[in-house]
Amino acid sequence: MNGINELNQLKAKAVKDFEVTDGYRVVVGMATCGISAGAKPVLEKLREETAAKGLSNIQIVPTGCIGMCIYEPIVEVFEPGKDKVTYIHMDPDRVSKVVSEHLEKGKPVVEYTIGEGEGDKLRNLDDVQFYKKQKRVVLQNCGLIDPENIDDYIAIDGYQALAKAVTQMTPQEVIDLMKASGLRGRGGAGFSTGMKWSFAAANEADQKYIICNADEGDPGAFMDRSVLEGDPHSVLEAMAIGGYAIGATKGFIYVRAEYPVAVHRLKIAIEQAKEKGFLGKNIFGSNFDFDIEIRLGAGAFVCGEETALIASIEGKRGMSRNKPPFPANKGLWGKPTIINNVETLANVPKIILNGPEWFRSMGTEKSPGTKVFALGGKINNTGLVEVPMGITLREVIYDIGEDCLNGKAFKAVQTGGPSGGCITRENLDTPIDFDNLVAIGSMMGSGGMIVMDEDNCMVDIARFFLDFTVDESCGKCTPCREGTKRMLEILDKITAGNGTLEDLDILEELAENIKNTSLCALGQTAPNPVLSTIKHFRDEYVAHVVDKRCPASVCKALLSYFITDACTGCTRCVRVCPTKAITGTVKQRHVIDQDKCIKCGACMDACTFKAIIRK
Amino acid sequence: MQNDCGCNCNKTEDKRYAELKAYIDSVKDSQGITMTVLQEAQRIFGYLPLEVQKFISENIGVPIAELYGIATFYSQFAITPKGKHHIGICLGTACYVRGAQKVMDKVVEELNIGVGETTQDGLFTIDATRCLGCCGLAPVMMIDDDVYGKLDNVDVIPAILEKYRG
Ligand SMILES: Cc1cc2nc3c(=O)[nH]c(=O)nc-3n(C[C@H](O)[C@H](O)[C@H](O)COP(=O)(O)O)c2cc1C
Ligand code: FES
Repeated sequence: MNGINELNQLKAKAVKDFEVTDGYRVVVGMATCGISAGAKPVLEKLREETAAKGLSNIQIVPTGCIGMCIYEPIVEVFEPGKDKVTYIHMDPDRVSKVVSEHLEKGKPVVEYTIGEGEGDKLRNLDDVQFYKKQKRVVLQNCGLIDPENIDDYIAIDGYQALAKAVTQMTPQEVIDLMKASGLRGRGGAGFSTGMKWSFAAANEADQKYIICNADEGDPGAFMDRSVLEGDPHSVLEAMAIGGYAIGATKGFIYVRAEYPVAVHRLKIAIEQAKEKGFLGKNIFGSNFDFDIEIRLGAGAFVCGEETALIASIEGKRGMSRNKPPFPANKGLWGKPTIINNVETLANVPKIILNGPEWFRSMGTEKSPGTKVFALGGKINNTGLVEVPMGITLREVIYDIGEDCLNGKAFKAVQTGGPSGGCITRENLDTPIDFDNLVAIGSMMGSGGMIVMDEDNCMVDIARFFLDFTVDESCGKCTPCREGTKRMLEILDKITAGNGTLEDLDILEELAENIKNTSLCALGQTAPNPVLSTIKHFRDEYVAHVVDKRCPASVCKALLSYFITDACTGCTRCVRVCPTKAITGTVKQRHVIDQDKCIKCGACMDACTFKAIIRK
Repeated sequence: MQNDCGCNCNKTEDKRYAELKAYIDSVKDSQGITMTVLQEAQRIFGYLPLEVQKFISENIGVPIAELYGIATFYSQFAITPKGKHHIGICLGTACYVRGAQKVMDKVVEELNIGVGETTQDGLFTIDATRCLGCCGLAPVMMIDDDVYGKLDNVDVIPAILEKYRG
């Protein structure tokens, strides 16, 4: 790759292949979510059937996450001059019909599409409520291009930003542009990317590194994986731009091992980029060299923390250390190192190409741009949502998510994963940005957004997150290692029905101490879910400790079994009860002796009349 | 070949050691290879028995205590053998709020082993995993590469497990 002209020639050719001028382009969502819903046989069937019928003007493209998990497997058909058609819940049988009707005869199979729109217009995903308030920047190419084909990426301006940076800008100009854009790190802390780069650039060193943090540890978030699976080149391009800006010639992508599809696609992407000369020596004919290596994590949440991540790449136990020195001064093997999150990086090429004003035109003054959230939990539309910063939680949950499942009442939404907190109804109108979420007692985190309804017990949820952090604490500092464990024991005691009011005070005191004294942000934020649930749902805690009752009927030890009028006296339950707690005469309603009941649930499983309830 | 007892009394004849050695030689000049070598060893052997750790230690010059420290720090490394089928039950947040614990309880009850343990017949290992990325199908369970979603009704689980017993 010698210069921008050569890239443009490549592009001209790639665009021809990418834009269908006659015939169809058929894309199949093949991210992990699609594959697990059964996209592989769908893709195979499509290939088989079109080949068998000898249809030649059809491009079949496996692509990344289209975004709406509940409709997977999704197949979209693009036709020049027409709106795309979205087929949902596809399977091989449906494929046969789509091939013979739509691709062969030009008649879309209406009953498999996402639904009919107004007039004779077929609805596609773009018309769906879920997408209306979204703004796809980071996810723009996911679901559009073939992630395993670099030409697709080149066709949609891929590597133009790198070409521009390397051939037309100085490293300082790149950094200034990033600063002007106001991009803040999407990995959790929200630190200015341009500032961070400038620190590393200012350090003189024989070797510097740039690391892409793809450890994605939040147990309820998967946007980074989607970007890597759907648009891996954007991350490579951004790393090269970052490398150019700070003077690094080597990059590492630290990916969690649980993401085999992402790793596979990254490997392909790196190979292709090397082949084309976007990575390697003398990129675009300049004297800038840059190479990228993949390193796999091995299942440790703490390795998302930058200093622990560095230790892990160095081949050690992933334990964090005190900062300063910050990695920008002393990082990997003691050299200046920049660590950026996947989503942060995915923004970079677009900012370089479209300029800081464009980026600032989205989002809020202090948090420009968009943010991707993994919307999940008790909500109708689960999936990845990319929204401009500043949108309210209410819009995300009600307009995009379309309300709680089964008409249940909304209780809270948890953001920031195990480091964040829950947000209740009163704060739903808060515009989402880094600072506002902190102000209402939660945080942005990496973008997990889990909706909870009346059936979720908040004490149990707090216990869930704490259980996670206890498991994941690296064990280096005492407050985090021992303190979180003690907190978990208290929560266990409460959910088992043995808690006291005093326990709540101890919990809060411990939480404050752990926050103030832990070594890294893992421990410093671990108590947040507990503190925030105590703050907003103290009454639930009190119900557990004083009334020995779980209002949401989740905590097993606090539930009781009852037999209702639906009982026919069949005696089946009597026979399975291990403690002989059930008594009654044949053909009459039975009763459970609460003192003898050990709450094993055997009677409920045995009852064929749904006459046994738990509350 | 590996003996039935699981130890490799005769490792020169075990091709897997040659494969591992070849890998080590191919990366020997890079920095920070300990993790990658352990990962490769686990891929080849399925887990990291002491013998293998010793072999790695001798070949990359890292003390065995350090290797053991790493192998036990990261949840992906196993120092005991795993079952033939790996059951991963997603305890990611989205699955948890939709009832993943019930799925876990049911599988534990059916197989009569704890999380992280392997059945006596060596058929199943149960693990709790983080988000598998199909939250739309929550609660989700994976057996080997097969995904089972929407397990709201846990009564279907025994039949699913049965399929792997054949
Ligand atoms: C316990 C812990 C886990 C973290 N996990 C991740 C992660 O999975 N992915 C990520 O990008 N950042 C994670 N971070 C934040 C990183 O330490 C770091 O701030 C971030 O990668 C910087 O990139 P950014 O400036 O682009 O956000 C974690 C931090 C802590 C304390
Ligand atoms: S939380 Fe289970 S698949 Fe995402």
